[in-house]
Amino acid sequence: MSESLRAQTGPYFGEFGGRFVPESLIAALDELEATYKAAKSDPAFRAELAELHKNYTGRPSIITEAKRFAEHAGGARILLKREDLNHTGSHKINNVLGQALLAKRMGKKRIIAETGAGQHGVASATAAALFGLECVVYMGQVDTERQALNVARMKLLGAEVVPVTTGSKTLKDAINEALRDWVTNVDTTHYLLGTVAGPHPFPEMVRDFHSVIGNEAREQMLRDFGGLPTAVAACVGGGSNAIGIFHAFLDDENVRLFGFEAAGDGMDTDRHAATLNYGKPGVLHGARSYLLQDEDGQTVESHSISAGLDYPGVGPEHSWLKDLGRAEYFGISDAEAMDALRLMSRTEGIIPAIETAHALAGALKLGPQLGEGSSILINLSGRGDKDMETAAKYFGLLDAK
Amino acid sequence: MSRTANALATPGAKLIGYFPAGYPTLDASVEAAVAMCESGIDVLEFGVPYSDPVMDGLVIQHATEEALRNGFKLKNLFDAVREITSRVQTPVLVMTYWNPVLQFGVAEFARELAASGAAGMITPDLIPDEAAEWLRISDELGLDRVFLSTPTSSDQRAATTTNLSRGFVYAVSTMGITGAREDLDKLARGVVAKIRNADPEQKVAVGIGISTNEQVKEVNEYADGAIVGSVFVTSYQEGGIEALKSKVRELVAGLN
Repeated sequence: MSESLRAQTGPYFGEFGGRFVPESLIAALDELEATYKAAKSDPAFRAELAELHKNYTGRPSIITEAKRFAEHAGGARILLKREDLNHTGSHKINNVLGQALLAKRMGKKRIIAETGAGQHGVASATAAALFGLECVVYMGQVDTERQALNVARMKLLGAEVVPVTTGSKTLKDAINEALRDWVTNVDTTHYLLGTVAGPHPFPEMVRDFHSVIGNEAREQMLRDFGGLPTAVAACVGGGSNAIGIFHAFLDDENVRLFGFEAAGDGMDTDRHAATLNYGKPGVLHGARSYLLQDEDGQTVESHSISAGLDYPGVGPEHSWLKDLGRAEYFGISDAEAMDALRLMSRTEGIIPAIETAHALAGALKLGPQLGEGSSILINLSGRGDKDMETAAKYFGLLDAK
Repeated sequence: MSRTANALATPGAKLIGYFPAGYPTLDASVEAAVAMCESGIDVLEFGVPYSDPVMDGLVIQHATEEALRNGFKLKNLFDAVREITSRVQTPVLVMTYWNPVLQFGVAEFARELAASGAAGMITPDLIPDEAAEWLRISDELGLDRVFLSTPTSSDQRAATTTNLSRGFVYAVSTMGITGAREDLDKLARGVVAKIRNADPEQKVAVGIGISTNEQVKEVNEYADGAIVGSVFVTSYQEGGIEALKSKVRELVAGLN
């Protein structure tokens, strides 16, 4: 490739991205963009964030080779980038710490966040506690039930959790409520958006904050694991952990990039969250991107056992990478993901989040295709403690049959 | 010349009234809209139900969700507008979030609007920066296009919005979403002043949080019209078309 894909910035990734938001938010987006640009080139900001990564989050995260799991993956080496070992248990903290520092710089004392699985909500509540900020987290009512442990964590950390009862009562509607709050309280409040979707500058900025994942992993692969991987794999809901690990490899033409979306009941059903496979370009939550929608442009509800992937949109950079053919996106059903979750638990002693299990299931399919001698670097984006109730119910039902 | 601007230019205070298309059914929404026009509103804002209405409060969101559940489809919108414009002279502006227009096709949507007799469109989540195709086709067809200006808009953005709007500029009275508020924000005067400063000839109407006759009068002291929405939906829910009519009459009482 002649041009660097890594160098791409917002507001547009090809025809995707932009700022499709009410005028009320433009001043706040301009302020955020200016603050972020200034911070990015400020050594003091970079040093402060690096110090937090090292001594608070516990970065760099390690890479674990999953040899017993790999026996089920057609002979490919399986390497896990352990974002589950970060403080708060997922990759989400990388972006949250960056944005919380920006909120401080902008003099905003209140942060709001949306959350699906609760991982971003927990990370936001954590940063708010650390920096002494007020924190309100919007969470779909359906998700407050299936991720009850994370609701308790957020409350213990001092955040207010607001269950959202409109629409599908999941992540999409939590973002709607957060946007409404932001429109109303924009002077005092920073919207700490948790994924690479939303209006510019969020897709670019959130990607940058998560690019530490791929930057570390690329160096670790070269130094400790004999070279670049054959493929990089990650789950994709909004797409933050996937972009985080993809970004460092975008210009490595020989490294294939795979994103795994939630196929819910299956790719041959209409109950899924496979936006990049089955969506059409449209505008939702401030950006033009692939979107699950009907012929009238009404958003179609997504379905997934995983709250964090249960989203009918996706970040604009993924739409761009898909259309370019640089990254490939496939669907993984609830059943495939849950099988992979159990396999990873029993072969490696690592219980992944259900979201992450979609990437693991993807690797199980990918391995035989890539063949002997290949290697797959997987973003192990989160740990599965929060999912114990869902998993117990799921496997309990199966065992009772 | 814009029919909407003309309607706002005649002497006296003006009321722009919102009602959601397809709520509770398509026919009922046409009857409600016609009744509002006959009861004294000066411009009708006819809202397109959308699954993710981030600028609307719960009253309107619940109503538009019901419209969608009851089967509202975009193709019905134009029939409804055609029916309304055949029965009343009041200019009709369609208020819609952007994705339905994008999926229909911007140019195709605009042509259908023009053919149905609508005066133009209000676009709450489309800023002029992203509106190239709509700017072009609305010029070609002579349709009104109403963009929003808010208390946080810079002087430069307020000027751009003022210059690119036709019909009027929608001045957001306060930071927030639609829904009745008791105290109309002083911020509204500031928004209107920026618009007047950019172009004294441009019409400007104030919306969000207006629900009483007194507020309508107050807004008309410094703007060309007041925009009212949620309270009409609430009135309709409480007492049907008769309650809606009397709410319109109550709000326009003494406007001269």
